[in-house]
Amino acid sequence: NNNSFWLQIHFVLLISRQGKVRLTKWYSPYSQKERSKVIRELSGVIISRAPKLCNFVEWRGFKVVYKRYASLYFCICNDQEDNELETLAIIHHYVETLDRYFGSVCELDLIFNFHKAYFILDEILLAGAMQETSKRTTLRLIGAQEDLVEAAKEEASSLSNIIAQATK
Amino acid sequence: MNPFSSGTRLRDMIRAIRACKTAAEERAVVRKECAAIRAAINENDQDYRHRNLAKLMFIHMLGYPTHFGQMECLKLIASPGFPEKRIGYLGLMLLLDERQEVLMLVTNSLKQDLNHTNQYIVGLALCALGNICSAEMARDLAPEVERLLQFRDPNIRKKAALCSIRIIKKVPDLAENFINPATALLREKHHGVLITGVQLCTDLCKISTEALEHIRKKCTDGLVRTLKDLANSPYSPEYDIAGITDPFLHIRLLKLLRVLGEGDADASDSMNDILAQVATKTESNKVAGNAILYECVQTIMSIEDNGGLRVLAINILGRFLSNRDNNIRYVALNMLMKAVSADAQAVQRHRATILECVKDSDASIRKRALELVYVLVNETNVKPLAKELIDYLEVSDLDFRGDLTAKICSIVAKFSPEKIWYIDQMLKVLSEAGNFVKDEVWYALIVVISNASELHGYTVRALYRAFQTSAEQESLVRVTVWCIGEYGDMLVNNVGMLDIEDPITVTESDAVDIIEIAIKRHASDLTTKAMALVALLKLSSRFPSCSERIREIIVQFKGSFVLELQQRAIEFNSIIAKHQNIRSTLVERMPVLDEATFIGRRAGSLPGAASTATIPSVSLPNGVAKPVAPLVDLLDLSSDDAPAPSSSGGGDLLQDLLGVDLTPASQQSGAGQASKSGNDVLLDLLSIGSPSVPSSSSAVDILSSNSSNKAPVSPLDDLSSLSLSSKTTSNAAPMMDLLDGLASSPPTENNGPVYPSITAFESSSLRLTFNFSKQPGNPQTAVIQATFMNLSSNTYTDFVFQAAVPKFLQLHLDPASSNTLPAAGNGSITQNLKITNSQHGKKSLVMRIRIAYKINGKDTLEEGQVNNFPRDL
Repeated sequence: NNNSFWLQIHFVLLISRQGKVRLTKWYSPYSQKERSKVIRELSGVIISRAPKLCNFVEWRGFKVVYKRYASLYFCICNDQEDNELETLAIIHHYVETLDRYFGSVCELDLIFNFHKAYFILDEILLAGAMQETSKRTTLRLIGAQEDLVEAAKEEASSLSNIIAQATK
Repeated sequence: MNPFSSGTRLRDMIRAIRACKTAAEERAVVRKECAAIRAAINENDQDYRHRNLAKLMFIHMLGYPTHFGQMECLKLIASPGFPEKRIGYLGLMLLLDERQEVLMLVTNSLKQDLNHTNQYIVGLALCALGNICSAEMARDLAPEVERLLQFRDPNIRKKAALCSIRIIKKVPDLAENFINPATALLREKHHGVLITGVQLCTDLCKISTEALEHIRKKCTDGLVRTLKDLANSPYSPEYDIAGITDPFLHIRLLKLLRVLGEGDADASDSMNDILAQVATKTESNKVAGNAILYECVQTIMSIEDNGGLRVLAINILGRFLSNRDNNIRYVALNMLMKAVSADAQAVQRHRATILECVKDSDASIRKRALELVYVLVNETNVKPLAKELIDYLEVSDLDFRGDLTAKICSIVAKFSPEKIWYIDQMLKVLSEAGNFVKDEVWYALIVVISNASELHGYTVRALYRAFQTSAEQESLVRVTVWCIGEYGDMLVNNVGMLDIEDPITVTESDAVDIIEIAIKRHASDLTTKAMALVALLKLSSRFPSCSERIREIIVQFKGSFVLELQQRAIEFNSIIAKHQNIRSTLVERMPVLDEATFIGRRAGSLPGAASTATIPSVSLPNGVAKPVAPLVDLLDLSSDDAPAPSSSGGGDLLQDLLGVDLTPASQQSGAGQASKSGNDVLLDLLSIGSPSVPSSSSAVDILSSNSSNKAPVSPLDDLSSLSLSSKTTSNAAPMMDLLDGLASSPPTENNGPVYPSITAFESSSLRLTFNFSKQPGNPQTAVIQATFMNLSSNTYTDFVFQAAVPKFLQLHLDPASSNTLPAAGNGSITQNLKITNSQHGKKSLVMRIRIAYKINGKDTLEEGQVNNFPRDL
């Protein structure tokens, strides 16, 4: 029953100042149609807000906490009851982790390596809840998985070398 | 190898898309890429499957359809390698939502991966499951997840814990299986496992009372200790944020303690010390520290009362409120709202600061603050608070004004200490934001004004002044027009001057000017103009010197395209021109409007509940009530059967005020007491010779006794036959024909009324005709001869005719001539009825009928309503 379904975080959005979507992560069930509607509505509201206003927008009975870093808006949609200040801290925590991973991250990093932005987010949040509070642990886990990918590549290329040699 | 997809790498595609100058170019690039990916999918290309899926995810984020790639996710997940699985699970979470059927196909792969020897693959599966699992998947995979809560690597345990949250939310029945493994996690040292374990326990407590009792009993002290250790822990670089070790864990622990402390004095007691420590020792100069304080305050306000802690909490909020950071002020307002119920007194102390927040430039803060002010208002502080809000109304943003106005009106109405203050405040609101005021609000104002007889002069003068500066505010214009119509003489003669007033000099002509401005204002709508016409009619009698000028203004509306205005103009014109002898009595001041009725009606007039009607509805047994024109003519010329938009209770009052049916009656169901007295007001307006009645609830008695004891007051008769007799008396202006068309019977002579017969009821099997006659000297009583004709070829036996009428009528039935009705018109039954109308001249006859008979021993029943009686019968 989706009506009684509550989560701490309903979704995470990264939107550029031009309204381009850079990342969307949905923890509550939204159909693809609803997703694009939500993005359209919210980006309109958030991008048009003047600087220096508070970072919270009340929207459809939810609270959207957003913060702008350079050209990107990081938005998290929460339940009414949640701690907005903590959500701001979560956003900052994610941004700092990205920053450490990419080394002073910029929007282009997140465009060309969007999948990595997702992988990192998946190590910090899961099921709309906080999973890991240590940036070091998060990055260590990401690193270990990248090693696995590299190992698989090497194996594949060495395998094809062996095959190539064998068929010479 | 696919010749298309091998060409572009992900990076190249993104570059190509970014290089597009126009949306059309971008669409072309995407179309080309999608075509290549489809081709690769059709060829079952394996080498580039995960690259293609990555491309599709990017295309998906741009908003293009990518459903054709869904099956590729499943194939990648099913492949053995980690890189393929990783991108496959990512695609699954992004391209699919939990409602899609495809998802069911992945359950088996998930199960295998949850049991995989590579812990990172287990991690991928847990992540996907936690983010998108459906109820079915939750049931199928719960045992795997439960087992993983005890996995050797903490990074899997923490993922399994969050996955469990999703599972128990989807299938609450499974909660009890998780209680023991979840409480075990609370003893862990690893922060990731601890924070996820705390969250799992919090959700378990919310879902299952069994879990709540268990965790409260076994874990409260341990959690308090954990929080204490955390709060006192030395600097640890891994978890440090702005000098605080792991604020996230702090907050989750405080949340769980809140759940455990709520409603349990012992548990609350055991956490008092640590809450006090967190509340006093936490650094409040950074977001993280404030987030902890905010959470701590919430916990303190929720758990069982400990006076000292609550004071501490409210003080923290007070500090927040004066913070310069908008975010901090926002959460303070948010939290104070919750604190009001716990300690209203303490929140009141911050009233001034909260009031400042209503004027903030930030819409989010304004909204919160206004809500909070609204709940803080009471009898003692209403005056200063209302003043502040009204002063602010002048400078407030247009998009905030609607909210603000509604709240001010509500506060003023609810807590006003005296009428003059209420009227003053409402006039200010109408002058500043009259266009934002809802209809009920100015109706209510008129009701109050009407009841404050000692303030009539004061109010009309104040309105006159307000009009000079704020004539653009529609509702101010309406109230002004109404008051000048009613109390115009007090305006001109400075009647009822209060000490606080400065006398003003207003001539009769000045007063008429106001109405003329109102009626000629381009922005005025039908309601305003109609009200202005009534006001003009009233002034024509109050200010005889202006009578001719008023008539000229009214006459201009004779050609109005709006039927309502045209009718009024024509009717009023004839009253002014031809009926001067009765004019002054006709347009007497409105009797006092009944406040109790209005309030009751407003309460019962929520949208959809249209049980209130001004036109008396005739409530008949098991019948649909139909509106009946209460006043046959004069002011109420609008057709009573016209379909119309639903009118709310507010509209009904309007009808009272205008004595006219602006929104023609519709959907009146059941005439309640409210509608009855509403109508009485209307009757009062037009009743002749009835002195200003102190309370309208008694008006009905006076009226009905009047009319039953004496012959009906003749002037009203004259008036009511005005439109009918106009053909014979006036020199037949073409407009008059239009009006005559509305009357259902042709004009008749005054001496010796003859009424045409009507067909009261007709069905395929039966016709009923009524013939009318009246006894001389008793115009209230009509004698009706009913004749029944059988239109079928069967004989009707056991024929019984029944009739019902509303309360203002009395019905007497004589025995019928027979109880058998021969077939095919070979005879008839006649029956005499006598109807006495206590509201003769004001209300028409109406009747509900039921005819029962047998055809060959079989019961037949026919029902109907008769409302085509001659209008002046």
